[in-house]
Amino acid sequence: MKKLKLLSRWTIAISALLMLSAYFVPLWQILMWAPQYPEGLEMKIWINTLSGDVKIISALNHYIGMKHIEVSMFPEFTYMIYIVAFIIAIGLLTALLNRSTLLWIYVILILGAGIGALTDFYLWGYDYGHNLNPTAPIVVPGMSYQPPLIGTKQLLNFTAFSGPDIGGWIFIVAGVLTIGTLVFELYASRKSMITTMV
Amino acid sequence: MKTLNRLTIGLLAGAVSMILYQCKPKGPAEVTMGDAASKVYVAPGKYDEFYNIVSGGFNGQIGVYGIPSGRLFRIIPVFSLSPENGYGFSEETKPMLNTSHGQVPWDDLHHIALSTTKGEHDGRWIFANGNNTPRVARVGFKSFRTEEILEIPNSGGNHSSPFITENTEYLVAGTRFSIPMGNKDVSISSYKENFKGSISFIKVDPQTGHMSIAFQLRTPGFNFDLSRAGKGPSHGWFFFSCYNTEQAYTLLEVNASQKDKDFIMAVNWKKAEEYLAQGKGRIEKVKYAHNIYSEKTHSATSTMESQVTVLDIEQLPGVVYFIPCPKSPHGCDVDPSGEYIVGSGKLAAMMPVFSFTKIQKAIAAKEFEGDFNGIPVIKYEAALHGEVKKPGLGPLHTEFDEKGNAYTSFFVSSEIVKWNVKTLEILDRVPTYYSIGHLSVPGGPTSKPHGKYVIAYNKITKDRYLPTGPELTQSAQLYDISGEKMKLLLDFPTTGEPHYAEAIPANMISPTSTKFYKIEENENPYAAKGEGQARVERKGNQIHVYMTAIRSHLTPDNIEGVRIGDEVYFHVTNLEQDWDVPHGFAIKGATNAEILIMPGETQTLKYIPLEVGVIPFYCTDFCSALHQEMSGYLRVSQAGSKTALKFSTGIPDDQTSGAGN
Repeated sequence: MKKLKLLSRWTIAISALLMLSAYFVPLWQILMWAPQYPEGLEMKIWINTLSGDVKIISALNHYIGMKHIEVSMFPEFTYMIYIVAFIIAIGLLTALLNRSTLLWIYVILILGAGIGALTDFYLWGYDYGHNLNPTAPIVVPGMSYQPPLIGTKQLLNFTAFSGPDIGGWIFIVAGVLTIGTLVFELYASRKSMITTMV
Repeated sequence: MKTLNRLTIGLLAGAVSMILYQCKPKGPAEVTMGDAASKVYVAPGKYDEFYNIVSGGFNGQIGVYGIPSGRLFRIIPVFSLSPENGYGFSEETKPMLNTSHGQVPWDDLHHIALSTTKGEHDGRWIFANGNNTPRVARVGFKSFRTEEILEIPNSGGNHSSPFITENTEYLVAGTRFSIPMGNKDVSISSYKENFKGSISFIKVDPQTGHMSIAFQLRTPGFNFDLSRAGKGPSHGWFFFSCYNTEQAYTLLEVNASQKDKDFIMAVNWKKAEEYLAQGKGRIEKVKYAHNIYSEKTHSATSTMESQVTVLDIEQLPGVVYFIPCPKSPHGCDVDPSGEYIVGSGKLAAMMPVFSFTKIQKAIAAKEFEGDFNGIPVIKYEAALHGEVKKPGLGPLHTEFDEKGNAYTSFFVSSEIVKWNVKTLEILDRVPTYYSIGHLSVPGGPTSKPHGKYVIAYNKITKDRYLPTGPELTQSAQLYDISGEKMKLLLDFPTTGEPHYAEAIPANMISPTSTKFYKIEENENPYAAKGEGQARVERKGNQIHVYMTAIRSHLTPDNIEGVRIGDEVYFHVTNLEQDWDVPHGFAIKGATNAEILIMPGETQTLKYIPLEVGVIPFYCTDFCSALHQEMSGYLRVSQAGSKTALKFSTGIPDDQTSGAGN
């Protein structure tokens, strides 16, 4: 089993600990502006709940037949806390047990979680934006209202923005640190191999 | 020669008329204002620097304006019914206008007092007086709504009110007219013998703002006009201007203008408190209403109070002293330092400024020129700091800036005069259009004026705006006082007839302004806090509709089973929890008004159906894209009909039913 450098172990530990913030700050945010809402409306997505102007957004969206947004709509909120805890545990184990295999697992887990979360969010957004009540007061033929995955999109009178919140950014930093560590380790081992060969 | 003479005379006449034409005074049209426009321009979407809280006079309301733009933001109903939002019409607000005379739906609102702490604005409450049926009101600065109205017993008209002490310990209510106390049936000519004055000291609870009459001073019979509390060194004292010390009861115009000097009445209210603590007060049986609006239940209660404690000042030495003041004084204003008291004799050719220190010395040295009904009258010269010589004609009121200057309004000569409080030197004068009454400097009555502007509230408008028939708008004017000379910046029209007004920096008020009421905190017993709670109940001949409103439907919107002879109460709860989404409710043929319901609030409209039929009702406040759809029907059947009571929303009832089944 290949060992890791001390610097790598510390970086991995820090990246794992950074992810603890997911339990205390929102991970994702959706912001909306309209002529009547110059101050904007916001919806924050946490690890296990939603906050912000959810009721107001739902009240406005009912005109075009969108579903009422409720925490209970998202089974993800019941198990996301365990997934994140598991990833953190693997990260800490990697640092503690000093195994490069574990680092590979840790990197795959982080990337997998990120891609999985975005896919899940996209699928929900697709359903939320397309699966409309046919008796809604306002039906614009051919129009759907899928919120943007990342970035800004115009939806009728609303400009919607979707992107990471503090927790999301911390996650990204943790991911970059971890992947950076892996790259560093690979580079270092190649260099040592070359040195050995020479 | 004759021809030559004629020619000369003709030429001379021509020259004279030319000169006369040249000398013709310049009209207001020629008053140039330079960069005035940029000084009052508040760009779209930007905010004014000050709130101007302006009394509405005979409209019984308070106007809220922005300074320097002069834009009107809101009219707060206080003593007057407001069909616009249902104030005084809804079941919840009806008790606010209750008095010992029953429902009094109007009053004459003259003066504004903003609450202070340590003599400075604190942004908590607005107080206002009802001049006709004596009352005082308290308006909250968070909701800009009338939260309390207290009737004043033993008063013939509440004019010298609601001036407040430094820490809002008390606000006062002095009777304008003296009357025989206790509803006595006596001859009007028995004035001297039977008529008395009365000054109420109203305690303000520092936490809730609730008002209660702590004590009343029973005074000799004459008219009380205006007043101001002492501050700083003079805290503990109150000063009232008195006129008609002649004690006239007819043609006051002449008979109350005979004496060379009337009085400023100095009240040592700390001394009055001592007498009260010693039990020197006399309990009098009276009847007066005390009305409180709760933001929790969104409704008002009216309680009839039955007694007040009276202190007879003629028998209690040391509470009151009279200071002679020339010719029917009107304004009685205390400068920010609390040392100087300006008396404005309406008919006097000069203005006396009294010194609090000198008044205290005169009292200690007993420098009295006599007494009035046993109350010592201090020697004029002993109390006098000095006189402002030839200030103008008809002085009324004085406000102060932060630099030691005073600004006095002159009704007759229609101008504002700026003078130095200490040196009494006149510094500047500007015309007002026309005949100014009250004036206001932001923070002018406090220990720490904000300065910058003086606003004139004029009594005559005439040609200042486009004419609108014999009834014209009211005219206010804004002047820049930041420099040596006062500069006219803006004319702006106001509603009602503005009397006194105050201005307060916007940043003390706007951050805490209520945006909506939390539905979970709504304690109105008739609230329906969700569509699941919407229902219709019959109690005898009363039908209670627990209705909800949310964009864009009312629940229930189909109601049947109401009969002629029923009283229908629409208790409408606005379920919205967002800023600026009020709903309204109106029903055809209602003999009262509509109601506006703010988000999270419940309000009730009573409706008595008089005709059989199907009656539409709808939301009156354009709330959303589908506002026009926000409506419903009430089916009214004949008396004794067997139509079952039922209600629904969104469930089409396909059963065809004949009338009266």
